[in-house]
Amino acid sequence: MPDVIAHSTVALPPEREWGFSFRRMNAIVLRHFYLLRSSWARVLELAYWPVINMTLWGFMTVFLVGQSSLFAQATGLLLAAILLWDVLFRSQLGLGLAFLEEVWSRNLGHILVSPIRPYEYVAALFVVALMRVLIGVGPAALLAWGLYDYSIFTLGLPLIAFFVNLVVLGWAIGLAINGLILRFGLGAESMAWMALFILAPICGIYYPLAVLPEWLRAVAYTIPASYVFEGMRAVLIDKVFRVDYLAIAALLNVVYFAGGVAAFLYCFKAARRRGLILQIGE
Amino acid sequence: MSAPFTGGAPAIEVRHLVKRYGAVTAVDDLTFAVPAGSITALLGGNGAGKTTTLAILLGVLLPTSGQARVLGVDILKHRFRALPRMNFGSPYVELPKRLSVRENLMVFAQLYGVRHPKQRIDALAETLQMGEFIGRPTGTLSAGQKTRASLAKALVNEPEILLLDEPTASLDPDTGDWVRAYLERYVAERKATILLASHNMGEVERMASLVLMLKAGKLVDRGTAEELLQKYGRQNLEEVFLDIARDRRRAEKEPVA
Repeated sequence: MPDVIAHSTVALPPEREWGFSFRRMNAIVLRHFYLLRSSWARVLELAYWPVINMTLWGFMTVFLVGQSSLFAQATGLLLAAILLWDVLFRSQLGLGLAFLEEVWSRNLGHILVSPIRPYEYVAALFVVALMRVLIGVGPAALLAWGLYDYSIFTLGLPLIAFFVNLVVLGWAIGLAINGLILRFGLGAESMAWMALFILAPICGIYYPLAVLPEWLRAVAYTIPASYVFEGMRAVLIDKVFRVDYLAIAALLNVVYFAGGVAAFLYCFKAARRRGLILQIGE
Repeated sequence: MSAPFTGGAPAIEVRHLVKRYGAVTAVDDLTFAVPAGSITALLGGNGAGKTTTLAILLGVLLPTSGQARVLGVDILKHRFRALPRMNFGSPYVELPKRLSVRENLMVFAQLYGVRHPKQRIDALAETLQMGEFIGRPTGTLSAGQKTRASLAKALVNEPEILLLDEPTASLDPDTGDWVRAYLERYVAERKATILLASHNMGEVERMASLVLMLKAGKLVDRGTAEELLQKYGRQNLEEVFLDIARDRRRAEKEPVA
């Protein structure tokens, strides 16, 4: 047997307790890159629903443009809403699925007994979720441009602000759900698929918040996405970029993000207390 | 490369460790030390507290009370100082099935900060005879091949401390013997320390220089295999295990320090 030790390639750097290692973070990203590269079905699934949605609502838009002066004036209204909603949904779901892949493969124990810090792992999940958003929403955006002559980039620079806010909100909600999965196991898996839809009727994706009853509008005002979709309509209909909406969305996102991180860390600690980490997935 | 942990101090030290889940006590005032460079076995039946103890030493389970030091580091407070020098293997914690063995090893080499991962993986592939299947998805491997892949993952950072949970469970005798021989050579060459949880008596008798007998979370006896056989007047560890499990010949035992 060859001498394992004599040809050692291992040299461990001195460990700092709270350092951040991009290498460890990249290891998790690499793991998901390998997974997607090996599974065309997963890649197809990422893009499938956004493309179907875009096709459906694209033709609806074509129909409505001939029927309604509002849609004639702002043709991208529905298409932009669909794409931005998908950014939010895919961001949250991407974070959930990246975590669930480890649970399904019963690999989470191996990862969490390695030197990766919980915050490095979470940062890696953010990157993977972003990758999933781009793979999922990118083809739908291209379809809108090719089939309906609508480019999401007509939103201009505000698009970046909308995109960032929705991605961060998706991360925050996804992180809290991942915490629940860690704490309650695969019984909480369906939360990853369902949770965000509770926001869909409230945050005014397709209609202004003004149509909501007053009490529900008060709830909508606590959701960052509501300000993004209102801001999107302001750009498309009134041709105005509402910085105030953006600022409120960003501030609320800080709160949501802190809440998501706190929920995940709380559940992580609870899982460590209850000995759930090595068992999860069974 | 970090120097092997020697210096006379135990590689692992556990004092008055207790883990309760509500009314159930999984680990009950456990105190033991694992000498550096040894293979030590936690031997006990189902529910004896073996896996619980390993999980605490890996930092993924918080004890109710007590202390645990690994490589001189308080693992409960500073686990990230010790984890790069440790690793873990268990047939119950798997590697992602869709990834090839090489891809899995690359991911873990990065996680453990291995400086030249490709060379390290090539060396492991040669040593563990994985050449013919290293490019295959892990989920398509036979049980023996999976075990070698898992072992490669556990050794990717050349750990000074290796915690193994039933390392040869569900393996045929030939593969099991091969794994045991490899681990013995690894300890001898690397001056590493292995703490393994097992209820395979033959494995423990062959490999372990120190046996810690657990029952219902308590350390009920300890010693070399020979010492235990002599103490209980038995021919093999399985008989000793049954004596302890069934509370036989308790009168002959001395209290465990």
